[in-house]
Amino acid sequence: MSLMNNLINGTNFDHKSLNALQKVTLRAVVMSFLFYGLVAVEGMIMRLVVTGPVNPLPEMFSHPTHYFSIMTVHPIVGIFGSTYQLVFAAFMFLVPFLTKKPLYSIKLANFVWLMITIGTALAWIAAFVWQYAPLYTLYWPLPADTKQFSVIGGIVFIIGVALIMVGTLGFIYNIYATIFQRVGVHKDKTTKELLISGFGIDGMLNLWHKLTGKPPYSKEPALALPVVAIFRGTVDTFLDAIVILSAGVLVLVYLLFDASGNPLDVAAIDSLLYKNYFWWGLDLVADGLVLIYVAGSWYLLATLITGQKLFMENVARAALMLELLVSWMVWSHHLLADQDQPEMMKLISGEMVTAFELLTQGLALFITLTTLWKARPLKMTMELKYLLGGLVGFGLAVPAAIIQADMGMNRVLHNTQWIIMAHVHIALIVGLYMTLYSAVYVLWPIVTNNTKLFSSKMSNIHFWLYLIGGIGMGAFGGMAGLEGMLRRHLYVHGEFNTLMILAAICGTMVLVAWFIFLLNIVLSVGIKGLIGIFLPAEDPTASYGIEPETIAENHKV
Amino acid sequence: MDFKSSIELLQFHWVAYTIYALLIISVVAWFGYNLTRENAKSIVRIPFYWYIAFLVAGGVGHHIFTYNAIPWVSQDISRDDIKPDATYDIEIKDHKWVKLPKQIVIQCGQTVKFVARSHDLVYGFGLFRKDGSLVMQMQVNPGSDVTGILKPNDILWTFNHNGVFDLTSTEYSGPAQYDDEGNDLMKVENFVKVVGCNDGGDA
Repeated sequence: MSLMNNLINGTNFDHKSLNALQKVTLRAVVMSFLFYGLVAVEGMIMRLVVTGPVNPLPEMFSHPTHYFSIMTVHPIVGIFGSTYQLVFAAFMFLVPFLTKKPLYSIKLANFVWLMITIGTALAWIAAFVWQYAPLYTLYWPLPADTKQFSVIGGIVFIIGVALIMVGTLGFIYNIYATIFQRVGVHKDKTTKELLISGFGIDGMLNLWHKLTGKPPYSKEPALALPVVAIFRGTVDTFLDAIVILSAGVLVLVYLLFDASGNPLDVAAIDSLLYKNYFWWGLDLVADGLVLIYVAGSWYLLATLITGQKLFMENVARAALMLELLVSWMVWSHHLLADQDQPEMMKLISGEMVTAFELLTQGLALFITLTTLWKARPLKMTMELKYLLGGLVGFGLAVPAAIIQADMGMNRVLHNTQWIIMAHVHIALIVGLYMTLYSAVYVLWPIVTNNTKLFSSKMSNIHFWLYLIGGIGMGAFGGMAGLEGMLRRHLYVHGEFNTLMILAAICGTMVLVAWFIFLLNIVLSVGIKGLIGIFLPAEDPTASYGIEPETIAENHKV
Repeated sequence: MDFKSSIELLQFHWVAYTIYALLIISVVAWFGYNLTRENAKSIVRIPFYWYIAFLVAGGVGHHIFTYNAIPWVSQDISRDDIKPDATYDIEIKDHKWVKLPKQIVIQCGQTVKFVARSHDLVYGFGLFRKDGSLVMQMQVNPGSDVTGILKPNDILWTFNHNGVFDLTSTEYSGPAQYDDEGNDLMKVENFVKVVGCNDGGDA
């Protein structure tokens, strides 16, 4: 089959055979990876700008308004446009798949990806056209500073972010409505039973009963462990959406009053209180949503790959509950450099509770590795490779953050490239995305009705380029942080030239890896297939019938 | 172990984390290789409770270690009870340092208090060595009390080595911090000069 034929028709992909659930999942996945490409290009522009005089890009990219506009939308496109889309798509497919129930609403699922796509595009346009650049942190009163930023740009940006959050609320409703539907295996379950299982209380009671010599509270919990992780992580997703929405409303009110010629006094809002509130919400994305969703994804992938029960499942269930509580109390580690933040909050929330994340994430790592180990020998499939890559990513990124969540270290690392590169970028690019790529490879045959992947060689090249590039970029950026390079600062004189060139080379590897992955996917489904994904499904089914257990058969040696 | 300066701490951190990173990558690579082998046996058995104890000890021990090894931690916590050798009041408005002295000279071993106040936005206060590495920093939040007096953001620092340090804002406060060519307008070269230490060096 010629390359051109593959480009147009794919391998054996038939979009007409897909049901409504498969199509809506793939729509969001396509948008997610397109946004990923955009965020990778933005990242590369910023990497190249800070190489200084050797920067090959046109001068306009080094202009502060342009540079910081890119820096503002980079996380919006990356976290919401790409990551949220991919995670939401995977979970709106997995919850029906694992509970053997239909998704509550396909229409709502379509609404979700559309809202997130439009919202991300609006936020991007606000930065591109009006150069609205208060960064994702939105430190008060910067987002309402109309001396520096266009009012229209700000309004468009806030509407964009608000649409993303509305889409997020749609996802949350769809997930909980699906979980609480009393059909199929949950026909006879009560809401109370589902709630107890969803919060992992049955896991805790099982542990307690074991310690006290009683028979298990629940031999067969109502919800599978990955669904529990989704249930739990979605609590944080909800709280985070509320915080971001309310902060957006606040900024919008100020901008609208400004536009009407009657500006409000920005000093009426206490900037430290606002910082606490906003970081509490933002941190639910990083320390709640990501870590809980990721732990659940590891458990799911380990059980699907091995076909065995998860090692220490009750402990894992209970730990997810602990993770939820921990995620609500750690935000102060972002405020260790704020001298008027109460010392006790720095000590308890910023240091001690934050350190618990080492425990909860370490536990998830241990349980996943042991589950895999007990099932050996396993074939080193793409999904297993990516899962191990994801484990390495968090193995590197979580301690990097714990190190800085310390009053001593923070004094010399706060706002440097250390936290954004050695922690955030390694956590997202290597830890989270490699976990998601593993899920993509696991779910690929199910979501595409056994479409043959165009090239396994391309998959392997993608893996190694991505892994080495992702870790390398984070490492060199982190080293620059240790040498004093700030994270939200413009360097145009090549101050950290050597490390930034090395980071840019690694960043290029990540970008090339993404292109190879995308090409492999396009050559597998074909352009006709890609278009077909966005056409209405002939089969309105909102569930998928393959038993999860069958996936493990592909991994046995 | 006692870190006399932030440069010593950063160097120690660089080495320790690099060793850890190489270790965790090697362990997972080794683990992955053995997952595919027919007769792979565990070379070490890690008891679950010991592993958990290790994580707890690591998380808590890290803070105990830094509290004892890094002098500015306890000084920072009890800074209200410490009388500084000198206090410098600094204000920021419209991305400019207001009435900032051209240079302040500090004698070796002196403990100095910097009190920064912002009239408008969130800024940062950071001192940097000539090689660009960070001596210390803090956030400068705006705001005033009910009487209209600007809220202070204060940091206490003891200088134990000779050196000349630059000042700039370490927090993003909008593109107005830079000129069109990208030069940092808030950077003050040679703002702090420390003299009188016998060991010389720059830290």
